[in-house]
Amino acid sequence: MSRSLTVIHVLGLMLIIFSFSYILPLITSIIYQDGELENFSWAMLATFLSGTLMWAATRRFKGELSIRDGYLLVVMMWTAIPAFATLPLMLTLPELSFTDAYFETMSGLTTSGGTVLIGLDNLQQSLNLWRHLLEWIGGMGIIVLVVAIMPLLGIGGRQLFKAETPGPMKDATLTPRITETARNLWLVYLGITVLCLIALKIAGMTWFDAVCHAFSVMGLGGFSTHDASIAYFNSPVIELVMIVFMLIAVVNFATHFLALREKNFRPYFRDIEGRTSILMLLGSCAAIALFLWWQETYNNFWTALRFATFNLVSVATSSGFASTDYAQWPIFAPLLMLFLACIVSSSGSTGGGIKMIRTMVLFKQSGREFTKILHPAAIAPMKLGNAVIPNNIVFSVLAYIFLYFMTIVVLTFAMLISGLDFLTAFSAVVASVNNVGPGLGQVGPASNYSGLTDFQTWLCTFGMLVGRLEIVTLLIIFTPKFWRR
Amino acid sequence: MNIIILGAGQVGSTVAESLVGEANDITVVDLDSAKLKLLQDRLDLRTLVGSASHPSILEQAGIADADMLLAVTQSDEVNMVACKLAASLYNTPTKIARIRSADFLAHPEIFTAENFCVDFSICPEQILTDYIGKLIDFPEALQVLEFAGGRVSMVAVRAFEGGALVGQPLSFLNTHMPNIEVRVAAIFRQDRSIMPHGDTVVVAGDEMFFVAATENIRTILKELRRMDRPAKRVMIMGGGNIGRRLALALEQQYQVKLVEYNKKTCERLAAELTHTLVLNGDCTDEKLLQSEHVGDVDVFCALTNDDENNIMSSLLAKSGGARKVIALINRSAYVDLLQGGKIDIALSPAHVTIGTLLAHVRRGDVAAVHSLRRGTAEALELVAHGDRQSSKVVGRRIDEIDLPQDAIIAAIVRNGEVIMGHHERMIESEDHVILFVLNKQIIRKVEKLFQIGIGFF
Repeated sequence: MSRSLTVIHVLGLMLIIFSFSYILPLITSIIYQDGELENFSWAMLATFLSGTLMWAATRRFKGELSIRDGYLLVVMMWTAIPAFATLPLMLTLPELSFTDAYFETMSGLTTSGGTVLIGLDNLQQSLNLWRHLLEWIGGMGIIVLVVAIMPLLGIGGRQLFKAETPGPMKDATLTPRITETARNLWLVYLGITVLCLIALKIAGMTWFDAVCHAFSVMGLGGFSTHDASIAYFNSPVIELVMIVFMLIAVVNFATHFLALREKNFRPYFRDIEGRTSILMLLGSCAAIALFLWWQETYNNFWTALRFATFNLVSVATSSGFASTDYAQWPIFAPLLMLFLACIVSSSGSTGGGIKMIRTMVLFKQSGREFTKILHPAAIAPMKLGNAVIPNNIVFSVLAYIFLYFMTIVVLTFAMLISGLDFLTAFSAVVASVNNVGPGLGQVGPASNYSGLTDFQTWLCTFGMLVGRLEIVTLLIIFTPKFWRR
Repeated sequence: MNIIILGAGQVGSTVAESLVGEANDITVVDLDSAKLKLLQDRLDLRTLVGSASHPSILEQAGIADADMLLAVTQSDEVNMVACKLAASLYNTPTKIARIRSADFLAHPEIFTAENFCVDFSICPEQILTDYIGKLIDFPEALQVLEFAGGRVSMVAVRAFEGGALVGQPLSFLNTHMPNIEVRVAAIFRQDRSIMPHGDTVVVAGDEMFFVAATENIRTILKELRRMDRPAKRVMIMGGGNIGRRLALALEQQYQVKLVEYNKKTCERLAAELTHTLVLNGDCTDEKLLQSEHVGDVDVFCALTNDDENNIMSSLLAKSGGARKVIALINRSAYVDLLQGGKIDIALSPAHVTIGTLLAHVRRGDVAAVHSLRRGTAEALELVAHGDRQSSKVVGRRIDEIDLPQDAIIAAIVRNGEVIMGHHERMIESEDHVILFVLNKQIIRKVEKLFQIGIGFF
């Protein structure tokens, strides 16, 4: 029991830190005079006081976190913070149920971008900013943020960092101290976000839209301030800027950091995972554009290329912006986009899915099997670039993939039982688990998740969380072994 | 010359053997007294037990009077330190170190006089790897040697029954390939040398040494033999230093399979090599060779450090259908026994690598030395200096030079241009002259010819 109390002690501290993120919507509220000042103040106060209470009440149990505590803390935090983040939404929109509000904040923090809100264009500015801010914070990770600004977690910090950061290999650290690493990652993230903001403003957005979209682009989230998403702007320049920054965000931020530190582009060429991601994305864009042109969905190749590129990059990088209703395209195209969303993001980026590096490991592993059959005496280590991947990582990737597919299958069946059609059920689950946002069918880009029942909404919420925490981190606390001493 | 050799390993002892044969005073230093005893029993030299990088040991070895220090121990670091000590404490004129690590070689500035004072660095494994690499590039050749920075090549080829040249006089070469300048520097028939003339008729089984500009070699080989298809599949036995380097050098161009006995080594190799298929197994395991299709292999290289294993696996490969087999054999007795039999090329590492060292030991301005036919003959690249007064070669026609019998001027390289060594050619100062010496006894004489007389100063 005292172990859980230690975790709650740290959790309280994290809530205190998190409560400061209300400052940004508060300022927005003051600027736009949208009448949300009071609600946000209450939400901030409630979060701050709850955190303080938890922290103070368990002060006696303050101690070093073990590996298990780390997992527990990450899961508790990723369930508690979305709950507190619903406060401003619930206070402002009384007709919104907790289920829907929790879905919305979870969708934000896990950078999915699926929404249940309708009438975004008329939503108070501060609320809109709040949604986008959640995506931005969730993109790099709450724990990473906490580790970055408070070195108080000590040795446990590295464990937490590992439990939250996506990707199979997490031991490579950029700097000797984990705090330093986390701080650098956040600074790079912040820097690129500012660039994105300025670029979007120059491309023709208002300052408010530019800030919101910079947040959701860099987090690969997918929230927009308009119901029509990016189709509202109907501007190729804005689409181009967003494509570029989505491609930047889909690469491991450690690579960006190294490139900045070495002041050249060599780290990008060394990053075989990022290279493969980008090449695969660009190749698929061209292929889909040709396909749409051939299918005569668009009668002009350049129009086809414009829509194919933006929507494909958006879905495949697990953002989920839409510049057209791509669900109307021949079914091959949107399904390929969803499939790419499963695999294309780099580890250490803000994207979702199984990550490119795992895909590459599995691909190479299949090749190894063939080699083994043809040359029984062969010694063929798993190699990515020049680095050898140890066998234990290959096994953990295999286990991860199994869990990943089982999660999708089980959730899809549950959705089907609840009465949805197959396309909606399957695409909603895939879009949730990969943190894409919009799916197809009833949850397609032209509509949203507001039509789902409470049960279905909870399934999607669970899917997003399980996808963001890369399944193992979440499922491990449900195993009996975890609780055994 | 007074020479100190540090390290009595394979390189150290073969170098010592060659140098003793050329009338030098040799002192060998090593930690292992048993190795030294073995050397001293065989050769006329002095030995000293001790650590090669300690000044006191170097002093005892007589470094104060030494003309040259050859640091060829196993350790790059010891070799470098020894050179540094020799330079700073004793001012030894020439210091040569064996450096194997590519990491050191990537920074040539650490060998300069301000730093480690290494005048020349050699890497026997790399020399051997390059040598084998060339044999694979030209699968018909028995030996491929380069001169003048790679501009001129000398290729040894065996004339086979049914080949274009057999039964023809050598002058046929010029009529057959009028556009290409090529010269036959020597012919060995049943292990005895024949002075080649225009009317010499080639007999099947002759070993011929061609000299030509490097870019023409491929065309010449194509004309002379029904050019086999170029090599594509290479199998290497043994993942030691040489096997590893060879696989690294070849894997981009060829399909390389490498067989190594030690599993740990295999894993290390597989991590380092990208396209090579690394196999774990015994190189004399005929089942393994068969299942890996040794019959389709173009070049089979047995490069383990065990002579017997290399011989047996090469024989297995040859009988299994491999096109060309190369075996690395350290014992010279075995080499003589096997060359020209079932094994196409029996390589003696010592003979391949010694030339580089000899170039520094020889008198006169020697640019390259290659040992031929297991050390009985030699190909030399000498630089002519001076003028008609001070030099015995400069300013003279080739047929005016007082060359001993059994020595042939094969080619001249002047300002990067290759000139064949015909009688009427003149030799100028700074020419690189490529000589073929069929008898080792006369090498001294040839070198003396190229030394400039007192009158030059």
